[in-house]
Amino acid sequence: MADNVFIAFQNNSEAQPIIEAILEDNPSAVANESPGMVKIDCPGRLVVRRETVEEKVGRDFDLQEMHINLVSLGGNVDEDDDEFVIAWNT
Amino acid sequence: MAKPKRIGLKEKYSLMTRGLDWETTYQPMDEVFPYDNYEGIKIVDWDKWEDPFRLTMDSYWKYQSEKERKLYAILDAFQQNNGQLNITDARYMSAVKLWIQGITPLEYAAHRGFAHAGRSFRGAGARVACQMQSIDELRHAQTQLHAFSHYNKFFNGMHGFAHMRDRAWYLSIPKSFFEDAMSAGPFEFVTSISFAFEYVLTNLLFMPFVSGAAYNGDMATTTFGFSAQSDESRHMTLGLEVVKFMLEQHEDNVPIVQAWLDKWFWRGYRLLGLVGTMMDYMLPKKVMSWKEAWEIYWEENGIALFHDLSRYGIELPRHHEVASKEKNRITHELWSTLYQYGNALGLHTWVPEDEELDWMSEKYGTEFDTMYRPRLEFFREREQAGERYFNNRLPMVCQVCQIPVFFTEPDDPQTQCVRIVEWADTKHHCCSDGCADIFRREPEKYVQSLIPPQQIYRGECGGATNIFEYAAWLHLEKDVDTGEFNGSPDHRNWEAWAAEQPTPQSNSDEAA
Repeated sequence: MADNVFIAFQNNSEAQPIIEAILEDNPSAVANESPGMVKIDCPGRLVVRRETVEEKVGRDFDLQEMHINLVSLGGNVDEDDDEFVIAWNT
Repeated sequence: MAKPKRIGLKEKYSLMTRGLDWETTYQPMDEVFPYDNYEGIKIVDWDKWEDPFRLTMDSYWKYQSEKERKLYAILDAFQQNNGQLNITDARYMSAVKLWIQGITPLEYAAHRGFAHAGRSFRGAGARVACQMQSIDELRHAQTQLHAFSHYNKFFNGMHGFAHMRDRAWYLSIPKSFFEDAMSAGPFEFVTSISFAFEYVLTNLLFMPFVSGAAYNGDMATTTFGFSAQSDESRHMTLGLEVVKFMLEQHEDNVPIVQAWLDKWFWRGYRLLGLVGTMMDYMLPKKVMSWKEAWEIYWEENGIALFHDLSRYGIELPRHHEVASKEKNRITHELWSTLYQYGNALGLHTWVPEDEELDWMSEKYGTEFDTMYRPRLEFFREREQAGERYFNNRLPMVCQVCQIPVFFTEPDDPQTQCVRIVEWADTKHHCCSDGCADIFRREPEKYVQSLIPPQQIYRGECGGATNIFEYAAWLHLEKDVDTGEFNGSPDHRNWEAWAAEQPTPQSNSDEAA
């Protein structure tokens, strides 16, 4: 069984569409809410897709905007214009 | 109309940031970069450095400015609306005091450390990442000071944090941690701070502290914390990148990195004992137990990370299983220590309410019920009889982590754990095998540790001859900044302010 990667965001309205996009694009992802924060765990690999976020947020979106509301993450990061990927190499 | 084709993020980043450095000819490279070879780390090709977050300076300023604007707007609102009245109760302030005394100076130390590392690496990518981190850490020191400055108007103990930093016995725990890193070479520095502390262990610092703040009505700290955490994600990736880079560049680096991971996992874990104690004891409204946090953020997330690194030949850090064995104990052992040395602490301590003791029984089970709860209830009896227990002697502290030597044997919670290491005809005392191993590996370093109780006995602390004179030398006022919470000015003020608050009105019809 793959180890979990995770990503955590502030629990505010700006981060909401990003969280929704992640849960849609990563069927095995599970979101856990605690005061002020949402932590998403996912086995092995998690992708944040710009296109999906744009659908949710209703405007053009630069994935680097994530920096404003990102709290923490666990896994190896790879980033380009279209996808922000967190994965373990195991 | 079709959008004009733009180059992708990876290519743009490469064009903007690569090829801007050069091989020096007026001075040899080794003279320009005198610190990045002596640790024995071999770098064959600095061009293989990969920036995981491809953040150019303009993006950096843009996103950091936005975070600052949001943060200071919230701090303004917090101050204008008397946010300090929304905390659960004034005992919570011990967590804030611990933060400004113990952690804020570390942010400043990190700023300096990364500035040094940012000058020391001969690879441009690593230098830029360290320089950005240096600015981030200064930002953290500043934003913490701003967030906490409002509390300083209403609660005691925080005024002297800068003075206390180099003098208080318990603050030598975080101080020595960082100075150990700052006096190492640049590769060890980044491994210890960006990787071991900010990747492996950061979640155990920020998630509990900041969630704890949110649970206890402290909007200022919550907002600061989440704002800083987004910077931390960059730091974490820098840490992981440095470790992977070293491991991939040369196989000779593997044993050096493993030794650093063993050392810094243990030093970081010991330091986090203070955070665990804060979680279990200083938060009137609990988030989760230290034990639970350790299980999620180390046993699950941390170990996953080491599985990932195992393909380079890296193993789980030495003594990690001891940390898991101790997870039921260290916070209770540490709280008893802080409680009894209350006359030299810049924050209050107390015996928790029965409701809180019941929570600990539930979270920690038989070990708590048989070994720690009875002691706390005994402390309470003493307090109620007008003989609140204080230990006015000085503790022996560990030569490495500088925590008082109160931990117990990993396999026997009823026996004190002490390890004596003899070196150069002197006996040095450590709290554990973890710290003893660290001492033995670099004894010339740790014999230079500045140990507060030893310094007090030598007369170096203002000539103090007792604990009260020592506290005065720390600029702490007796029973105002120090001592028992119950009956303190913080406590009495809190009750007075609560009495002034309007009682919440019910929305329902009285008669219904």
